Amino acid sequence: MAVVELRGVNYIYNKNTPYEVHALKDIDLSVNEGEITGIIGHTGSGKSTMVQLINGILKPTSGQVFVDGSDIWKEPKKIREVRFKAGVVMQYPEYQLFAETVFDDIAFGPKNMGLDEDEIKERVTAAAAFANVPQELMMRSPFDLSGGQKRRVALAGVIAMDPKVLILDEPAAGLDPGGRADILGGLKKYQREKGTSIIIVSHSMEDMANWCDRILVLADGKIILDGTPDKVFSRFNDLIGLGLDVPQITRVAAALSRRGIDLGDVYTVGYAADKISELF
Amino acid sequence: MNEIELKNVSFAYPGDETNPPVRALDNVSLEIEKGSFTAILGHNGSGKSTLARIMCMLDTPEYGSVIIDGRDMTADGITEKDVLDARRKVGMVFQNPDNQIVATIVEEDVAFGCENLGIPSAEIRRRVDEALETVGMTKYARHAPHKLSGGQKQRVAIAGVIAMRRECIIFDESTAMLDPMGRREVLETIDKLNEEGITVVLITHYMEEATRADRVYVLNDGRVLTSGTPSDVFSDPETLWNASLDVPQTTELLYKLRQRGLDVPLDVFDPEKCAKVIRDALKKKKTADGA
Repeated sequence: MAVVELRGVNYIYNKNTPYEVHALKDIDLSVNEGEITGIIGHTGSGKSTMVQLINGILKPTSGQVFVDGSDIWKEPKKIREVRFKAGVVMQYPEYQLFAETVFDDIAFGPKNMGLDEDEIKERVTAAAAFANVPQELMMRSPFDLSGGQKRRVALAGVIAMDPKVLILDEPAAGLDPGGRADILGGLKKYQREKGTSIIIVSHSMEDMANWCDRILVLADGKIILDGTPDKVFSRFNDLIGLGLDVPQITRVAAALSRRGIDLGDVYTVGYAADKISELF
Repeated sequence: MNEIELKNVSFAYPGDETNPPVRALDNVSLEIEKGSFTAILGHNGSGKSTLARIMCMLDTPEYGSVIIDGRDMTADGITEKDVLDARRKVGMVFQNPDNQIVATIVEEDVAFGCENLGIPSAEIRRRVDEALETVGMTKYARHAPHKLSGGQKQRVAIAGVIAMRRECIIFDESTAMLDPMGRREVLETIDKLNEEGITVVLITHYMEEATRADRVYVLNDGRVLTSGTPSDVFSDPETLWNASLDVPQTTELLYKLRQRGLDVPLDVFDPEKCAKVIRDALKKKKTADGA
């Protein structure tokens, strides 16, 4: 079943003014339950607009947005509920922490949902575990934590709302390789155990290749590529032409193929090493 | 001749009632040669940014010496004016493009630093035009900065530093928040500045970016874990992995193939060259196995 569905969605900023921008054009999309979907695209390609449409922050100029089976704009007064179903972790979320303790910060979402104390406590504990936030930090001020810890607290805050779909904008930006693997590995584990759908927006082709089940490429307000990482990254020249990148390993495979050694579609180092090993 | 030299530098952030002091740098020594390109790698919290602040003399080390352009800034008898003079040799470009733009018009933003230095306005005009030309932003001189892309904003920030005629520029993860195109633009600008003789220190998490440096320093827990040419440093992937860092994907592939018995070097960072060494090694192996 599709957890998020866009049907014929258009979004136009500043409609009927000289500054009109047609940010998304006739988008049809189903995001499958329990998958990690990656969205890549050049700055200005429509990625953020799409995220804000799914979360109900923007209302489509035309077309429909479905989250968990229902049209989110059918009853505009209830739009707030969509934000509990589609949880968004913004870019650099560590700058949005505000509460006095880590616990209170993570509990903010569940409290707004009107849950009772015990349920809140349970949710906070579970969310902290998924996001790798150690229990001993719970009573500390979030401002005393390191950047990586703060990022994980912010992530826990959204997980605590137990959304149907978790949307993350550049979740690993600015982290070192160890920190990236912590965050992305934690998300993978969360997806596997809870079955939550995850949408990741990122510029890191290596991370996308390693962690996503499906990748969408946006350009100029349209989805121009859609498929598994190997299929998408095999469209090497198209991606480069769009000002995007491919994993370095995919470039190596392309260079080998020009030299008569064809490895097929390659986007991870492990797979490339296995394919080359078959040749000797 | 060194632009910057650190000798046995240690630095700690003071603690308070709830938190103990944090030792950020522990006996760090390094040399940044004039006109060179140095990359500094290290995981979050390894001390990279503290190191940058000390090299710009925004912070003073607890122990050890900081030598800028041949003068020991930690020696006795150094006056405030000496420090000010030295500070004017080293500039810094930060991570977030939105936090370093102050004016509402691009060229005014580039001029801001020079104005504070009290440079005559005709001279500022000349420097600003030249700096915008260098970073390829002349076309945008009269634009509003908030409408530019991340890469363009970073280039405006760089122009501001160039206009102040810094001999050395430290880039503290200046590409971290940019998309691939923005990164490419900024890296090309950095390469160009280095070719024109400016000393470059690039602090980064992207291993591929470090491969273009003359020299790489790897920091771990406030100490220099390893240093050398990119070839030296990346030829030992295990050390980097243990410090929760990475190596370029080319090196990782070659390392895996070598473990399985293919005779390839590890210090090849260009995808084309990497493909070539793999093809040659496969050929050689086939001939050897056939013989």
